[in-house]
Amino acid sequence: MICGSVTITTGTVTVGGYDVVKDYKKARSLVGLVPQEIALNPFITVIRAVEIARGLYGKPKDEVLTEKTLKMLSLWEKKDNRVQQLSGGMKRRVLIAKALMNEPKVLFLDEPTAGVDVDLRRDLWDSVRVLKENGTTIVLTTHYLEEAESMADRVGIINKGELTLVEEKSALMKRLGGKKLILHLVDTPKEIPQALKDFQVTFDREKNTLEYEYNPEGESEITALFNEVKDAGIVFHDMETQEQSLEDIFVELVKK
Amino acid sequence: MNWIGLKTLFMMEVGRTLAIPMQTILSPVISTMLYFVVFGSAIGGSVTLAGGVTYAQFIVPGLIMMALIINSLSASSSGIFFPKFMGTIYEILTAPLSYLEITIGYVFSAAVRAMAIGGIIYITALFFTPVPVAHPFIALGFSFLTAVTFALFGFLIGIWAENFEKLNIFPSLILTPLSFLGGVFYSLQMLPPFWQTVSLANPIVYMISGLRWSFFGVSDITPWTSFALICVFLSICSAILVWIFKTGYHLKP
Repeated sequence: MICGSVTITTGTVTVGGYDVVKDYKKARSLVGLVPQEIALNPFITVIRAVEIARGLYGKPKDEVLTEKTLKMLSLWEKKDNRVQQLSGGMKRRVLIAKALMNEPKVLFLDEPTAGVDVDLRRDLWDSVRVLKENGTTIVLTTHYLEEAESMADRVGIINKGELTLVEEKSALMKRLGGKKLILHLVDTPKEIPQALKDFQVTFDREKNTLEYEYNPEGESEITALFNEVKDAGIVFHDMETQEQSLEDIFVELVKK
Repeated sequence: MNWIGLKTLFMMEVGRTLAIPMQTILSPVISTMLYFVVFGSAIGGSVTLAGGVTYAQFIVPGLIMMALIINSLSASSSGIFFPKFMGTIYEILTAPLSYLEITIGYVFSAAVRAMAIGGIIYITALFFTPVPVAHPFIALGFSFLTAVTFALFGFLIGIWAENFEKLNIFPSLILTPLSFLGGVFYSLQMLPPFWQTVSLANPIVYMISGLRWSFFGVSDITPWTSFALICVFLSICSAILVWIFKTGYHLKP
């Protein structure tokens, strides 16, 4: 819609202050798009594909930029290969290279790592981080929340077609991301002591653990909890804390 | 105007033609020249028409026009169909190109390809028989106008077609028969009166007649009628294209 590949029915969108319908040429010249599907002309060479992409944006050939982009995406060695000779992962890199040849201020990456092996996924993440550091705004759609957690500054969650949340990732993690304290007990008590019930702790008799969920940003009651545990004569031999991931937060938000 | 974008699109399409010259240029030239050799030289060698025009000379404009029509249509229809089929159409739709620039890029590259084929057919025909052109600039202008019009028509077909069968319906089932029955190999005056009248419903008759007039100065139909008809057809195709771009029909969800 923003890039022009879908017809807009209602509403307005601006990119860099330019309306995507009224000033579509200026708006589109700021945007790069990496589609989800690998859509490439298989019969042309890699270098020709990226040169065409730049030309369509009305920009003259730039050999320095072409070399830099292809090298950043580890495509330089393959520049004279036809697209059909490349692996799936390499083709995805070509898609990214094409989007970058426009030197976009905003880059849309539509599930760039879907179906991509682990090595390539990490390479792509590194490339995205470089772009981010160079000042490109990246809009990444992904089903891999680990990816979003690792790279995003702001997170938006779309549920059933509606944007239900947009927030700074760190703020979101602080606000909704709880922590869990787990004490590995020597022996689980037969009954939960009354004093511990107020802390809403849970005991797992199979694992011999005591679990306590808390918000690290809230008022800490851990010291009080430890005192009550000691007073109840409960002995533990190990302890750990677990932090809620973005994925856990997402699952909770979507359930609501 | 995004001149660099337009040039890139135009050259992308020209590159597609030049990448497979056997299929895009040589094949249509050879098949058309076979008609010339069989009908013009072998069968019609002894036939002489009014005004001292030999049969071999008579069929040259018709063969050129048939090649122009079929090749401009197929070049532009495949030009837009394959990006749709492969999904690469997003690259065109998301570029800062206006609909007019996109249309010019596809249509003019197809028209140029068809003109090149027409030119090669004409030059090849000269090896068999002299073919003087009475009005060369009109011949070039009328050929280009027809090539552009049918390239635009092909562009519409390429957008409309959702599969290869639909893509080939017009060229193979409609255009080729109309071309053969449009007076490539005969003058309308050779037909009985009834079939002369029926033939006037065939738009290709007017295209061939127009080019034939520019070659020999005489034709079955006045050149102005041919020119007017091609302009009407061009206008209809343009109007449909404007509607397609407004609605995104078969291009955008």
